[in-house]
Amino acid sequence: MHELSIAESVLQAVRAEVKQRPGSVPRKVGLRIGQMAAVDEDALRFAFEALTRDTELESLELGIEICPLRCRCPQCGNEFVVQNYESQCVRCGNTETQCVGGDELDLAYVEVEENEPSAAAAKSS
Amino acid sequence: MSQVPLQRKVLSENDRIAAGLRAQFQEHGVLCLNLISSPGSGKTSLLERTLESFPRNRRVAVLTGDIQTENDAARLRRFGFPVKQITTGGTCHLDARMIERHLADWRLQDLDLLFIENVGNLVCPSSYDLGEAAKIVLLSVTEGEDKPRKYPSIFFKSELMVVNKVDLLPYVPFNLATALENARRVHPGMEIVQVSCLKGDGMRDWLTWLEKRLNAAKTLQPAPVT
Repeated sequence: MHELSIAESVLQAVRAEVKQRPGSVPRKVGLRIGQMAAVDEDALRFAFEALTRDTELESLELGIEICPLRCRCPQCGNEFVVQNYESQCVRCGNTETQCVGGDELDLAYVEVEENEPSAAAAKSS
Repeated sequence: MSQVPLQRKVLSENDRIAAGLRAQFQEHGVLCLNLISSPGSGKTSLLERTLESFPRNRRVAVLTGDIQTENDAARLRRFGFPVKQITTGGTCHLDARMIERHLADWRLQDLDLLFIENVGNLVCPSSYDLGEAAKIVLLSVTEGEDKPRKYPSIFFKSELMVVNKVDLLPYVPFNLATALENARRVHPGMEIVQVSCLKGDGMRDWLTWLEKRLNAAKTLQPAPVT
């Protein structure tokens, strides 16, 4: 259940971002999670909902992009998605390939609504 | 609506502290190893066997993590080396801040080797960098041989797999060949040693691996400024 601490870190980052943009309302936060990151999407969503309920972030949406395990072959330069842990190069058969993706646990973006007072005033007039 | 790109790690605070620890370990030539397994695979037993084999002047220390109790630290202190228990009080893994806090009153220049025994858990500890030079995963033959495929992340990230309790192989339905194949499939380059912490089988292979890594850590240490 380390998903709870991960959700906490995500919300901390969102709050820090909002602080830097006074008046803005965060609508969605996007994460990139690698297949090998040992993070369970359902558990993370559950923790995220539990932590945002009855807070100013209650309506914040959580976007999750799962990133597959990817390897690169240093021999032929081929980059490929690894199926069933077969990390052998699918083009040239080289078995010594390097992992280049699949371990992500990244904050990708926050979508914010900018509630500039002047813009709101212009709309209402 | 506007999208603000963030492009940073979710656990960037943990990673920042871990990077600081790693730099300190390198500066002082300390090899830090992070031991991870299910509860009951034999992390503490492996450390007991290891400490028991060391001469008393060996510059080694242990941080051992559990949710509750000082039991593991008490077991490991018998050998006369510095040992500290980290009780997480419910958290299922150790994080870099806990390591930093518990190392605060130890002098790294007095150490060559630091073992971190993580909380028994095959999932969560794999997400938290502790500044270690290598993760080591233990798998005991009383568990399923499909563990590497069920919990690929930790096997994928570990430099060494220690298969423990091999003395029980005649009595349990554990297929060693399948287990090794599963592990190699998830992590082709991972080194593997087979031991029995109870009987002592294979301890020489484990200690050989350890000495090899200790020597490598010393050569990585920057030359002292004169």
